[in-house]
Amino acid sequence: MNTSENLPDIAIHCESVSKNYGKIQALSNINFDVNRAEIFGIIGPDGAGKTTLFRILTTLILAESGTAAIDGFDVLKDYKEIRKRVGYMPGRFSLYQDLTVEENLEFFATVFNTTIEENYELVKDIYVQIEPFKKRRAGKLSGGMKQKLALSCALIHKPSVLFLDEPTTGVDPVSRKEFWGMLQKLREQGITILVSTPYMDEASLCDRIALIQNGQFLKIDTPENIVSQFDDVLWAAKSDNMHKLLEDLRKDEQVKSSFAFGDSIHVTVDNGQLTVDSLKKYLIEKGHKNIKIEAIEPTIEDCFMELSTTQI
Amino acid sequence: MKQLFSFIRKEFHHIFRDKATVMILLMMPIIQIILFGFALSQEVKNTKVVVLSTTSDEATRRIINRIDASEYFDVVGTVHNSDEIDAAFRDGKAKLAMIFEDHFSENLKHTGKSHIQLIADATDPNAANSFMFYASNIISNYQQDISQPQSGGGMIVPEVKMLYNPQMLSAFNFVPGVLGMIMILICAMMTSIAIVREKEMGTMEILLVSPMKPMYTILSKISPYFVLSVINFATIMLLSVFVLKVPIAGSFISLLIVSLLYIFVALALGLLISTVTNSQLAAMMISGMGLMIPVMLLSGMIFPIENMPAFLRFISNFVPARWYIDAVKTIMIKGLGLGAVLKDVGVLLLMATVLVTISLKKFKVRLE
Repeated sequence: MNTSENLPDIAIHCESVSKNYGKIQALSNINFDVNRAEIFGIIGPDGAGKTTLFRILTTLILAESGTAAIDGFDVLKDYKEIRKRVGYMPGRFSLYQDLTVEENLEFFATVFNTTIEENYELVKDIYVQIEPFKKRRAGKLSGGMKQKLALSCALIHKPSVLFLDEPTTGVDPVSRKEFWGMLQKLREQGITILVSTPYMDEASLCDRIALIQNGQFLKIDTPENIVSQFDDVLWAAKSDNMHKLLEDLRKDEQVKSSFAFGDSIHVTVDNGQLTVDSLKKYLIEKGHKNIKIEAIEPTIEDCFMELSTTQI
Repeated sequence: MKQLFSFIRKEFHHIFRDKATVMILLMMPIIQIILFGFALSQEVKNTKVVVLSTTSDEATRRIINRIDASEYFDVVGTVHNSDEIDAAFRDGKAKLAMIFEDHFSENLKHTGKSHIQLIADATDPNAANSFMFYASNIISNYQQDISQPQSGGGMIVPEVKMLYNPQMLSAFNFVPGVLGMIMILICAMMTSIAIVREKEMGTMEILLVSPMKPMYTILSKISPYFVLSVINFATIMLLSVFVLKVPIAGSFISLLIVSLLYIFVALALGLLISTVTNSQLAAMMISGMGLMIPVMLLSGMIFPIENMPAFLRFISNFVPARWYIDAVKTIMIKGLGLGAVLKDVGVLLLMATVLVTISLKKFKVRLE
């Protein structure tokens, strides 16, 4: 890709895109734009429609209705042009397991009419980490290394837009952190990145995110704005019997919602009468011991839970 | 162009790193030729014969001697009544029983007519047919010999000549058959599996989201199997000429042209299968059930097409192997040139064109 090329400011444009498989509505009326050199995250649980959206944008499947464009090229009409300029890393590890690391990279370089040498600069940071294993078959790599190789292969032709479908699923926390560091560097080089993940904690690493559930976008904004729009009081509650705690909290009419959240239960309450002390009293009456309740700052996941319950 | 070569190299890597499969693919023709050539031979040799003769006279002795002397038969003993014949058949001690009527020689001399009853174990009808034919031949030869002096009796003697395959070697029939089967197996089955594997592994997704032309993908996928097929063709030719002693009576070039055309048809079939399936297992089932069985049963390799019911005969027209096997027999065994197989070549060409057109049309540039 020629960097001096005048690329439109909107890298990805998606307008009222819908898709259904039989009776199942996989995507309904998806609208969003991704700016040039932005990391845009699609955050949502499995089966929310993330992969379907990626496949429509990478011209692999056709939408039932609506239009989408990458770098100004229509996904239907100009699919050949799009396929030259995007990099795509599917959710499943999709390289040739019986070829070596080096052979895989070389193959994908020639597929895109380029060579490893030509764009080595771009993949260098990532590739140096797996280069010691370049004679090893891809199938024998660890999860983190596979993912680095896959990213190298998706980057080797210097794409203008990078599509990463759940790149960190099944990858250890250290490698995940490293991976996001790489994405930040790629953005600095002007590459637009659309990334999907089921991990809410990764959302804060994106410039903007879209929360998706059941094929619908719940909200599109920066992670900070989404968190700051959370206007309920949020507490984290713990006790000896977490299962019973959740049941009892859900019985209390003044508690708006309560969800298991790691080792505690996040509780939202109506602004008003209920205080930490009165809730504690209620729980002691129910027979709970070692009760701890404290006010906390909301995370993206809290926002997701709030949005998904209000919308359904 | 560099894209294509790099892709083809990758395909060869895939195949040669899967050593078990390569071995199977290269050994298969050798094993099949040896199996059909030696173990599964349909030729009749040393069939065991028992004789029931109440009067031991000159004519019976001579006939028995002639039978015993031929390579097809082995007279293992004489029996004395029909119960013993039954026992011999039941115990598998005999496949053929010859029963001479009483006073065989005398009757022959005085009335000019005598009877021999031939009883065969027809559990294997093809074998029974063959050795009955040989036995009748030997007997009528003897009759000719003794009736020659008093000629003028107005006797019609059929002179049978087995053209192209005078010794009735079954190799002449199965070498073309094995060729037809191996090519389908390697080209159609393996090509379809190789393409579907890319779909199953998810690599097809990446290939689609790239500037790689679909035509390049197809060409690179089929090229290793084309090479393997040509190697197998050479192996089968060498084995049949030097081990089974089946000569190539016609022109080798014609044979090669017809074979390349057939390989092409088989590759196109594989391609078509790959466009309609999404899993390797399905591809294998379709090529196994849909191709192998018709090739074995409807191509004339095992059962003569002329004997089939009209419906199956009609179906057999759509089995490429039928035309290929016919062409190979014509060129290799009969020794005729391309001119004699124009119909076969024409049909194969038509099949190739139709199959390639359909599969190129059906080859998806998207996932669905």
